[in-house]
Amino acid sequence: MIEYFWLALVPPLAGFLFNGLAGKRLPARIVSGAGCAAIGASFLFLLAVFAEFIRLPASEQQIVHRLFTWIQAGTFTAECSFLLDPLSMIMLLVITGVGFLIHVYSTAYMKGESGLYRYFAYLNLFIFMMSLLVMAGNYLLLFVGWEGVGLCSYLLIGYYIERRSAGDAAKKAFVVNRVGDACFLLGVFLIFKTFGTLEFGSLFETVSRTHPQPEGGFTVLAAITLLLFLGATGKSAQIPLQVWLPDAMEGPTPVSALIHAATMVTAGVYLVVRSAALYSRAPDVLLLVAVVGVLTALLAALTALVQRDIKKVLAYSTISQLGYMFMALGVGAFSTGIFHLFTHAFFKALLFLGAGSVLLRLHHELDLFRMGGLKNSLRVTCWTMWVGTAALAGIVPLSGFFSKDEILWRALDSPLGHPVFWVAGLVVAGLTAFYMCRLMFLAFYGSPAHGHGESGSEAGTAVTAPLTLLAGAAAVAGLIGLPAYLGDHRLDRFLEPVFRYSYDHGVSASHASHSLELLAAGAALAISLLGGALAYRLYARDRSLPRRLADRFPAIHGTLQRQFRIDEAYSLFVVGGLKALSRRVLWRVVDVGVVDGAVNGTASLFRRWSGVAARMQSGNTRTYAAWIVTGAALVFLYLLSVIG
Amino acid sequence: MGFFMTNILTIVCFFPLLGVLIILLWPKGKEHETEVKWIANIVAFLGFVVSIPLITHFNRPEYIDSSGMRYVFKAPWIESLGVQYYFGIDGISLLLILLTTLLGSISILSSWNAITTRVREYYCYFLILQTGMLGVFMALDFFLFYVFWEVMLVPMYFIIGIWGGPRKLYAAIKFFLYTLLGSVLLLLGILALYFHQYAVKGVWSFDVLAFQELGIPPDLQYWIFLAMFVGFAIKVPLFPFHTWLPDAHVEAPTAGSVILAGVLLKMGTYGFVRFSLPILPDATMEFLPWMMAISVIGIIYGALVAMMQKDIKKLVAYSSVSHLGFCMLGVFIVTPVALEGGILQMINHGISTGALFLIVGIIYERRHTRMISDYSGLSHVMPVYAVVFLIMTLSSIGMPTLNGFIGEFMVLQGVFADPDYKLWAVFGAAGIVLGAAYMLWLYQRVMFGTIKQEENRKLPDLTPRELATFVPLIILAFWIGLYPSPFLSYLHEPVNQIVEKVRPGEFQPRSMQAQIGDR
Repeated sequence: MIEYFWLALVPPLAGFLFNGLAGKRLPARIVSGAGCAAIGASFLFLLAVFAEFIRLPASEQQIVHRLFTWIQAGTFTAECSFLLDPLSMIMLLVITGVGFLIHVYSTAYMKGESGLYRYFAYLNLFIFMMSLLVMAGNYLLLFVGWEGVGLCSYLLIGYYIERRSAGDAAKKAFVVNRVGDACFLLGVFLIFKTFGTLEFGSLFETVSRTHPQPEGGFTVLAAITLLLFLGATGKSAQIPLQVWLPDAMEGPTPVSALIHAATMVTAGVYLVVRSAALYSRAPDVLLLVAVVGVLTALLAALTALVQRDIKKVLAYSTISQLGYMFMALGVGAFSTGIFHLFTHAFFKALLFLGAGSVLLRLHHELDLFRMGGLKNSLRVTCWTMWVGTAALAGIVPLSGFFSKDEILWRALDSPLGHPVFWVAGLVVAGLTAFYMCRLMFLAFYGSPAHGHGESGSEAGTAVTAPLTLLAGAAAVAGLIGLPAYLGDHRLDRFLEPVFRYSYDHGVSASHASHSLELLAAGAALAISLLGGALAYRLYARDRSLPRRLADRFPAIHGTLQRQFRIDEAYSLFVVGGLKALSRRVLWRVVDVGVVDGAVNGTASLFRRWSGVAARMQSGNTRTYAAWIVTGAALVFLYLLSVIG
Repeated sequence: MGFFMTNILTIVCFFPLLGVLIILLWPKGKEHETEVKWIANIVAFLGFVVSIPLITHFNRPEYIDSSGMRYVFKAPWIESLGVQYYFGIDGISLLLILLTTLLGSISILSSWNAITTRVREYYCYFLILQTGMLGVFMALDFFLFYVFWEVMLVPMYFIIGIWGGPRKLYAAIKFFLYTLLGSVLLLLGILALYFHQYAVKGVWSFDVLAFQELGIPPDLQYWIFLAMFVGFAIKVPLFPFHTWLPDAHVEAPTAGSVILAGVLLKMGTYGFVRFSLPILPDATMEFLPWMMAISVIGIIYGALVAMMQKDIKKLVAYSSVSHLGFCMLGVFIVTPVALEGGILQMINHGISTGALFLIVGIIYERRHTRMISDYSGLSHVMPVYAVVFLIMTLSSIGMPTLNGFIGEFMVLQGVFADPDYKLWAVFGAAGIVLGAAYMLWLYQRVMFGTIKQEENRKLPDLTPRELATFVPLIILAFWIGLYPSPFLSYLHEPVNQIVEKVRPGEFQPRSMQAQIGDR
């Protein structure tokens, strides 16, 4: 059965077609049922595949299925081929598993929406495209999924089509992503030009033969990896292409959960890990990846501190956590990046769905400062979100503790690491705990604000069940990657075959004693607790201090709130510049002025001369005769000169 | 069947004239207009049907000439000048012919309600146009080609000038003068070839394939190339010869725009592929950097100007400038992958831009305005229309799984594969980003948001007839996007021949390279 793993793509596609073509006329129950069933079926099928997969010896955990030749011209060939290896296996399980819970949750969250069929169709398509992305056996098919998730995010962010801001955000997400996609595409061209294949298996094998050692400087591998990384910054919202993600909150909340946890933003991380054979041989690009990751993590965490919008806090948190993942990749700890991607999928989905539950209760009030005292009416949401917060903040023994701690430790311990990364990572950990606790205190504690009374309750099992399940997963998911001082890192071992062609920098070998590692873990934990305590002091009881601080330092507060004004700079210089160029220069001056001016000028020239010519046609026979004689004479003279 | 197949090109080419004949003989008067529409539609559809055997018999050995041309038919026409009635097609022309017969019948179907005055004339002109275009793609005699090339111009002039918008006369005359200027220079180029052939071989002939074997001295090639360049570049249109296009498109009736964008623009690119490249290989290589440059300028320039347009039709028209830039980029880099991509992109552009003009036409027919600002939130009242529009928008911006991606990808891949020009692919990639920006912005403004204009609140969704015009285009868009091999398979042979003529020995066919690899 395992060789038919690619059939997991069929149910989401079928669900998309079913709801897209027939959903409009069907009752909501069937529409949402079909949407959930499609993903559920895919998940169950993949579980069965997984059961068979783990029994295979590690050397055989690399199943390629070639469906047909997609493009063939000249020397260029692209196959439609699928690859199942430990990396795609784990990604697929996360995508369909978390995706399924989000689908179930959506049935409650989106109840009564008129465009439900559209919503579920797009959601199914999203899962399909993401599965295609991680299942693709070559870069071009990966690119299909890559663009596909971009399209789905466009459709879902713009789901509330009557809202102008939603349309703007959708377009922005797509176009910003396209910048990255264009770089990705150039990277693909360069890969084919250099190695003559786009298939992962043969490509990585070739690379490991032709480039046995990593090489610094601007090598061809550096160029390839740089282009691919630029693509990754688009999808994974890293500097400099991070600007689309906060706006993407315009979509329905479950969509945010899907984009931020299971699909879309993880694609960039996946791409880098998939290309580990290339990245591990381009140390300078790895350094860049780490630096970009660290900077993004810091910048986004700082921005998250002062956001008033509950979803924006979580959005910046995602950007920041993705920065963590890229930091891990940058120090060569590829499987650690996947580990954090894995745990993050659970607690970030949980937090978004929890936020959605708050929004349902408060009739879509997004402002944290208009919330408060929800802990009694939303008990399940409150405690599950605390689990998510603790996991995200890295409190032992929840999942985030293990994965984040491993990142920090690798940043310090890896031969490619640097203490600066570690320190920055610690700061981010503290900030993370602070902004998450701030969110929790503001939303769930204190006095109920603005007339949302104590009454009201959870929106039903379709909401609480996914929350509870995700909380469970967020709590225990870290156990698959225990640090060396506690026992066995199963994930590392499971992923080993993926990196068989990567250059081994000796990242996973421990270079320092367990006690140092424990000490580092303790430091991180302490800083997280400190951040949480500070948030408690500032937001749980007396809330006047933050306001006073903001009034005291308006410049800093404003800068943080507006994400360091990067977005504004882009719209002013890039968008505004292009618009001015197009409208003022190219169209008005070049097209209408120069080119058409020349054309119309010629035309008027002819008109004037044609006046002269017209006078020749006077209708007067004698004038004609004169012209004929003159013409004949000229011809005669010409002939004479030629013959003579 | 024997007679039919040996004369198939003649039959396909002149079939539309049968409709003209019937319409002319049909009783006149207002009450017969519906019948005339039926006749035109049936003839156009049958015109598509009779072109289908071209595919099914394409690889039968009995229809393949020694030159590789299919269904060749040759007869003397004007013997004193050496002009022949010489028809024959290869894979490139095959795809373009099918595109023409398909788009022709689609655009005639789309005219049903749009054309209310001088109905008989309209359909006659359209059918004559159809014959002219088909002849251009079939002629292998340069004189014959030129005749069809000019024949095509006249009905298009009338279609714009009689059934066009408010500034129709300006647009029609601009279109006519521009193309006429091009035609004159093209004729000079053809005559130069003709006289040179006589000087070398002592034969008066316009045989295109014979011209390819002439081995024209480079200096002469340059002049002929430049003359033909103007003729073809105006048709494409390449920057800076493009300003007739927005005017012509904006003023033309919907069906006119569809044919103009879908087929007429391909005349220029086809001319480059069929004549300039194989007949003038040295000149092609000499001017290659310049051609690349103006193609890239066209891609970026067209996209930027499209972004700022307030008129939907003008926006789509400028997007054509950008897309045709892609085609030309693929054609002039003359690598097998890019050339195939460029030719495929011609077909793709015909499908997606043809459909986009139909899409504009549908709301224009209902509201009589093409201004973007007159529309918003249409997806609330026209959901089916919204889906069709979205699919074609995505096709136009090169979304994978749709046709546009395959063409753009192959063009850029082929450009990148050339060591000297790989960085030009960067500009092409920039064009992809801009393409997404202007098309999605258009879509957002027209389809998203709330309905602001009361008149738009009651707009009816697509009628079955309108939907029927889109269905074949949507099917083709997905087919080419998901499984392009059947289309590409017709291009391998002619493209390899052309590449071999222009850049001999640089690109070996795959099989040979594989053998070298095995050794």
